[in-house]
Amino acid sequence: MRHVANTVALVVAFLTAFPLYWMVVSALKPAGEIQSLDVKPWTLNPTLEHFTRVITGEGFGRYFVNSAIVALSVVVLSALVAFLAAVAVTRFHFRFRTTVLIMFLIAQMVPVEALTIPLFFVVRDLGLLNTLGSLVLVHLAFSLPFAIWMMRGFVAAVPEALEEAAMIDGAGRATILWRVLFPLVAPGLVATSVFSFITAWNDFIFARTFIISAKDSQTLPAALLVFFKPDENDWGGIMAASTLMTIPVLIFFVGVQRKLVSGLGGAIKD
Amino acid sequence: MRRARPWLYLLPAAAVLVPLFGYPVYMLGLLSVFDYRQAQVSGGQPTTFVGAGNYADVLGDPRFWQVLLQTVGFAAALVVATLAVGAALAVLLTRVSPIPRAALSLAALGAWAAPAMTGSTVWMFLFDADLGLVNQTLGIEGFNWFYDKWVTFGVVGATVVWHSFPLVMLTLYAGIQAIPGSVLEAASLDGASAWHAFWRVMVPMLRPLITIVVIQSIIWDFKIFTQIYVMTNGGGIAGQNSVLNVYAYQTAFGSSEYGLGSAIGVIMTLILLVITLFYIRALYRTGERL
Repeated sequence: MRHVANTVALVVAFLTAFPLYWMVVSALKPAGEIQSLDVKPWTLNPTLEHFTRVITGEGFGRYFVNSAIVALSVVVLSALVAFLAAVAVTRFHFRFRTTVLIMFLIAQMVPVEALTIPLFFVVRDLGLLNTLGSLVLVHLAFSLPFAIWMMRGFVAAVPEALEEAAMIDGAGRATILWRVLFPLVAPGLVATSVFSFITAWNDFIFARTFIISAKDSQTLPAALLVFFKPDENDWGGIMAASTLMTIPVLIFFVGVQRKLVSGLGGAIKD
Repeated sequence: MRRARPWLYLLPAAAVLVPLFGYPVYMLGLLSVFDYRQAQVSGGQPTTFVGAGNYADVLGDPRFWQVLLQTVGFAAALVVATLAVGAALAVLLTRVSPIPRAALSLAALGAWAAPAMTGSTVWMFLFDADLGLVNQTLGIEGFNWFYDKWVTFGVVGATVVWHSFPLVMLTLYAGIQAIPGSVLEAASLDGASAWHAFWRVMVPMLRPLITIVVIQSIIWDFKIFTQIYVMTNGGGIAGQNSVLNVYAYQTAFGSSEYGLGSAIGVIMTLILLVITLFYIRALYRTGERL
């Protein structure tokens, strides 16, 4: 019985991982092998030609840096803002506290794609069309409700006695906040940051809507569409660009997977 | 001071959320009651208030009802498939040796982490008519998977499930792990088969967790955008594979009917709001104290 279960699990693992394997191996295949009608699931002549073409010829190096700037700015800002807000809703009892919490919850379900329409005009009126700043701002706004919701569980898990002890020792408010509480919830901040990073890094629709004419401000997902041509898709280039885009997220995910699953369990149970 | 402090801590969040989240939501509602098209955007014509006019147009358009129907159908199929695959694999994970378990968890993490954009491109390549691995393996070169409406929905659906089952699997696996071993032992001593143990013991014990996962999946699958937009090139042949989100976007940015697109966006938000209310109720039922 156990053998059957093990075999099934391995087969499913193989099938699940296969698209990612296929992406990488296709990116490494010489153009001739991709065009070949006799496809092989491996390559004996790996080449970096697609990567060099994509990075130098198509400007993906620039897009990669742009994506990284946007995602990292969102991560840092969202972590600080969410931390403060999470402290407010867990450590204090004030009027409208439940209302504020419910609003953070409702904000998570708003279809952000529909908000592209009004946001396009907001961004245009601010003169921010075609800038990376516009993407940082909207992703910060959209990652906050979930980040606050998730951080809440981590802040609540820190015993209040620790802060009280620090206060008795004469520590001020700011010291308690940034020297005592902040380091204690750092693991939670990392898990939360992964989600902020991913929404910003993966974003396709806002980049497509706000960055309309400035190629220099393009980010990876929207730039990927460049390779889709009506007659003949450049699959080698598409797979190389997709690989470039996927690797940072994979590293991020696998690196923090344990915190992620427990943090998520917390976010779901809470 | 004590009273002001929580608001002080909430201030940065409010400074971001009010102008960039609250205001756009308000503006979405506002745009939906105005005649707002290319001419009004460029200032060539004055903006006129049309009241419920856009809503009447949307609700009177058979195309909208068709898109709504297939959005609901597609989302329902995705939720069922994601849950069935996720739950089956979560149970499987509890019965395998450490190495297959690690392999499956790692593969699932990879699928989960992959951006919707790259997931879409890889699956498109796998199902490419001429150069795709699937057609070459099956020996049906030239078969276009993105021509027939339902076949297209099938391929896009598989891509979405590939992205979304890992979260369900890992969450439910964590939930099953939290069930005391003695409960499952007692069930098997009483002669319950694995099938019975799952439906009669695990499901009732995990009901709160399952409810939350189901509602999150509904919200998630109802909002599908990237996979449809990229894999079917903006909604398929003559928009046959459109879902509400893509339909609203195309109406606004494709046809420059910003008022009409906003009205569709508002309708969608209201539907999701109702689902979210169920979600909040489910959260309360799990004994959550907000």
